Amino acid sequence: MAAEQFGFSGELWGNGPSPGGFYRTPGGTTTPQHGPTKHTLHPMTMGTSVLGVKFEGGVVVAADMLGSYGSLARYRNISRVMKVNNTTVLAGAGDYADYQFLKEVLDQKIIDDELLGDGHSFSPKAIFSWLTRVMYNRRTRFNPLWNQMVIGGFHGGEPFLGYVDKIGVAYEAPTIATGMGAYMAQPLLRDALEKKPNMSQAEALALLEKCLKVLFYRDARSFNKFEFAIVTEAGVEILKPRSAEANWSIAHLIK
Amino acid sequence: MFRNQYDNDVTVWSPQGRLHQVEYAMEAVKQGSATVGLKSNTHAVLVALKRAPSELSDHQRKVIPVDDHIGVSIAGLTADARLLSKFMRTECLNSRYAYESPLPVSRLVSTLGNKMQICTQRYGRRPYGVGLLVAGYDEMGPHIYQTCPSSNYFDCKCMAIGARSQSARTYLERHLTEFLDCAVDDLVRHGLRALRETLPNEQELNTKLTGIEHEKRERGAPAAAMDVAEGQEGPAADAPADPQPEGPDAMEH
Repeated sequence: MAAEQFGFSGELWGNGPSPGGFYRTPGGTTTPQHGPTKHTLHPMTMGTSVLGVKFEGGVVVAADMLGSYGSLARYRNISRVMKVNNTTVLAGAGDYADYQFLKEVLDQKIIDDELLGDGHSFSPKAIFSWLTRVMYNRRTRFNPLWNQMVIGGFHGGEPFLGYVDKIGVAYEAPTIATGMGAYMAQPLLRDALEKKPNMSQAEALALLEKCLKVLFYRDARSFNKFEFAIVTEAGVEILKPRSAEANWSIAHLIK
Repeated sequence: MFRNQYDNDVTVWSPQGRLHQVEYAMEAVKQGSATVGLKSNTHAVLVALKRAPSELSDHQRKVIPVDDHIGVSIAGLTADARLLSKFMRTECLNSRYAYESPLPVSRLVSTLGNKMQICTQRYGRRPYGVGLLVAGYDEMGPHIYQTCPSSNYFDCKCMAIGARSQSARTYLERHLTEFLDCAVDDLVRHGLRALRETLPNEQELNTKLTGIEHEKRERGAPAAAMDVAEGQEGPAADAPADPQPEGPDAMEH
């Protein structure tokens, strides 16, 4: 495409054989296509919002288990939260294939790290920083990993919660919500945190569950089956998938 | 000139199973002026003897800061040490860029060991002619590592390398049990006393002869800038006895 702009048709000469070819066979063309390198420009299987909140002595991140194929609720039992190491968890929204790729890379990285056996391990901040570098590097090469990642961790007596997205934007915050959650759950999270700055773990879980329920009611790409990952001093705990009771009896009132 | 027919190249073994070039490189460390490293539960300290090659020149740099949490002192070829410390600085910066956290000392030393090993196994290359004492502080506490031209490295409680360093090591061995609970100043004092052992009897240490560096951190405290203190230039430590200008206080750092 860009080549045509500069007056280059893409063919070395018209109606002749391809470079290195002896004949120009009519019909099906086997000449290589010229043009820009093509990367994934459209994510396929997508996950929606990821939520995260700090509480007193830890952090919890949550995501539902739906993999949407466009508007089709294609996969309804996929996990979007992972344990990185004993102090860090990661949850990903966006393209699920890219999430799986990153999970594989990260898992191998942790194995390589543990193999050194020197007692050191990546802190949540280190993972977060590394992930930021990876995401920014990929977008700079015009081949982004199409995700919004939330990193939760607990290290040195402090909870950690950070966000990185496909263009390398990264920040830390006491509450994080991606995608539709940024519009609907984030205000709820901030409000709850303002009213009670030092939430307990149970309160934080209840809050996230409420937010996920709100998202299930209003975000058409969400689902009422969730996973929670909790990081505290004691380590990482990924809770079994759970569902929220939904009540659609007043749905007909909404026009 | 050759001591035997098997020492022309690092890649050639002697029938006794020795690599003579590597062993000669180990000797280069013993030519350099002495340096001492020791650590307590909270600090790691490097002390180095700054020996000027002549009246007319300054001494070579003996203590090189690598990062906020790591410093090295050297004995042997200073030029080789500069190269290695530049490599170490790059490694530390890369870690800070990628992970926004300081590189653990043990990992830095093992990558350095891997780098130094290459030239002990390649035709046409020579081992680095420098020994390093790497002092650092990380999540596992303070560390003193010793590296050799043979690319061996050792995790040490304390160590001395360089000219006449055996007497310093003897001092360190004698006081080994005292170091762990030492305050910084006492640790520096021990380092200086160990260093004094390497000098000829008629000579005393002064600020013009010593460079001290220590990791100022308490265990668990956040990273702070490292302190590099060196006196002015002075006559060579083992130069023919000159009247030594007395420094104010050798303990100053």
